[in-house]
Amino acid sequence: MNKFFIMVVQTFKSRVKSKSFVITTSVTLALILLLTNIQNIMEAFDQGDEEGQTTEISVVSEEEEWVSLFEEQLLADDSFSIEKDQSIDEARAAVEEGELNSAVEIKMGEADLPEAVEYVGDGASPAHSESIQQAMQRVKMDAAAEKAEVDQETITAINAPVAYETIALGDEANTPEEMQQTQGLVYVMLFLLYLTVMMYGSMIATEVATEKSSRVMEILISSVSPVSQMFAKITGIALLGLLQFSLILGVGYLGVQRNSGEGSFLEGFGLGDIELSIIGYGIVFFILGYFLYATLAATLGSLVSRLEDAQQMIAPMIYLIIIAFFISVFGLNAPDTPFITVTSYIPFFSPLIMFLRVGMLDIPAWEVVLSIGVLTASIVLLALIGARIYKGGVLMYGKSSSLKDIKQAIQLSKKEG
Amino acid sequence: MTLKLNNVTKQFGAFTAVDHLSLEIPANQIFGFLGANGAGKTTTFRMILGLIEESGGTITWNNGKIGYEQSHLIGYLPEERGLYPKMKVVDQLVYLARLRGMTRSDAQEELERWLEKFKVPDYKTRKVEDLSKGNQQKIQFISAVLHKPELLILDEPFSGLDPVNVEMLKEAVIELKNAGTSIVFSSHRMEHVEELCENLCILHHGRPVVHGKLKEIKRSFGKKNVRVHADFNVEYLKDLPGVTKFKSFGSSCELQVENEEVSQIIFKELTGKGFIRTFDLEEPSLNDIFIEKVGTSYE
Repeated sequence: MNKFFIMVVQTFKSRVKSKSFVITTSVTLALILLLTNIQNIMEAFDQGDEEGQTTEISVVSEEEEWVSLFEEQLLADDSFSIEKDQSIDEARAAVEEGELNSAVEIKMGEADLPEAVEYVGDGASPAHSESIQQAMQRVKMDAAAEKAEVDQETITAINAPVAYETIALGDEANTPEEMQQTQGLVYVMLFLLYLTVMMYGSMIATEVATEKSSRVMEILISSVSPVSQMFAKITGIALLGLLQFSLILGVGYLGVQRNSGEGSFLEGFGLGDIELSIIGYGIVFFILGYFLYATLAATLGSLVSRLEDAQQMIAPMIYLIIIAFFISVFGLNAPDTPFITVTSYIPFFSPLIMFLRVGMLDIPAWEVVLSIGVLTASIVLLALIGARIYKGGVLMYGKSSSLKDIKQAIQLSKKEG
Repeated sequence: MTLKLNNVTKQFGAFTAVDHLSLEIPANQIFGFLGANGAGKTTTFRMILGLIEESGGTITWNNGKIGYEQSHLIGYLPEERGLYPKMKVVDQLVYLARLRGMTRSDAQEELERWLEKFKVPDYKTRKVEDLSKGNQQKIQFISAVLHKPELLILDEPFSGLDPVNVEMLKEAVIELKNAGTSIVFSSHRMEHVEELCENLCILHHGRPVVHGKLKEIKRSFGKKNVRVHADFNVEYLKDLPGVTKFKSFGSSCELQVENEEVSQIIFKELTGKGFIRTFDLEEPSLNDIFIEKVGTSYE
């Protein structure tokens, strides 16, 4: 096997077998299972006290018609049981004793319309009061309609929601629905890239720093060239990320699928019929973004001599991705501002921001190609410089760990120092 | 199978780490590469390995440049030990050997052989961090030789080892030499160098101050050592002309003399004064030569 692949496999294997990976992955998977099954879990707890779930109330009124109408409305919800033939005093006493949850007295109010008073005991539930109030609203509407001699059809017509539809004209305009879907996808992707850079970027830096601090690096670098070493690490960690994401998505998919029953997984996120091209762009920008930041992380990692300094060293990278993330969150709401247009060509921001523009606006192909070109060129450039620094950096041991070391590292890798 | 350094120079800015160094190391040979701390040894090794590029001159192995394509032919034991502390011995040695072009099964077989040879077969599945410093050293040594290199660079291979283990590793080094390996051996322990190396070079400020066959170096050094053990006081010998150094241990003493004639004068001086238990004329030790060559250049 090629040395590059031996190193990729080794990086991947040693990480997969590590305790920290096993623990974080299983905790995440457990959390996802818990979240997707939250409904079942809550129901399981509810079943225990189903008896107490029925709300017993008493209705008192002089108007028989209102009582039956009220009953009809409320009994649609089977968590109520209704007592009728009581006087208001009896009913109130029963509430005070705790035999009933509440007592409702319906009286003749202004303009001969019904009014209600609810007497509640200890532990009254606001949700139940709301149901009662809604039922009363219907009783009142019916009473008012009858008084005004309006027939049932008119009432139904008044209550029906208005027919409303948006139709997009021209290529440029996206319907709000589409916008929302893309916005959802863009947000998911932005967050994913942000998370990936944060997690796996620092993993790469620590990986390099570990080998350096244990001094095994000097042996490695005499067997394998720094460039293939660097990219072997980056690829190994990428495979690890792929495994972790697939596990999380797989378990999430199964969980949602099993519990929702109907509708696909993507529809659950409002991403039912997203354009394939957007997903394609998402993947391209994700991969380019990963390689850009991963190369930076490996370069920075090669400059520290002690593991403890690695986090401090990659701080600039973390700042970059945080800034990119904030710009793109701003851009989600105003994708066509000049500021966003300009930042979509700046290498460290473009994976997030150009993708945002592609997703949310209809921009000419050359802009996308240009941005991908700029991104690819900067990855190559960074890899070249990075390999240089890496080569010098891994032979450099000292107390200081600052960006000033870059100069020294390049000098060490040069022919004429 | 010859390593050739031709006029090799390395500069870091204004600082010259290695200055016009020319060496030739044939197969079946252990070449002693000596120098004080900071003399440029590690820089030279790194240039031989291709980790840093020489500013001038050429380094060739079998008349070709050394690159990553040749890494399976080269073994390196760096002065700073480096292994994965949390990895099992077998896992990391097989990994490192595969990076040097060995197959997994060959590496495993060879590893068993070496562990057996060093009498530590049960360390195979232990983590490196759980081993003692001396045993880590053995593992490090195995990592340098497991893939059967033709050129082996050993930087202080015996540091931190007890005398029994030193002998064990020394034997292994001699065996490798007899099997045809070219070995560059660097150490501050002169007695090891004298024992193992036929040819050597002492580097001082990046420049070779002594270079050649050990025997010839000693002969051309000129100065000799005289050891005297007598029943009377020999303190007065120190003022004789031609005596450059005098060390007294009670009734015995050690003198360094400029040449053999001086020792004859001393012998004449001593005769008739009493009983002489020892009078010994010795070749200078490598230690003397090293101190003389590297020490005086400091002044």
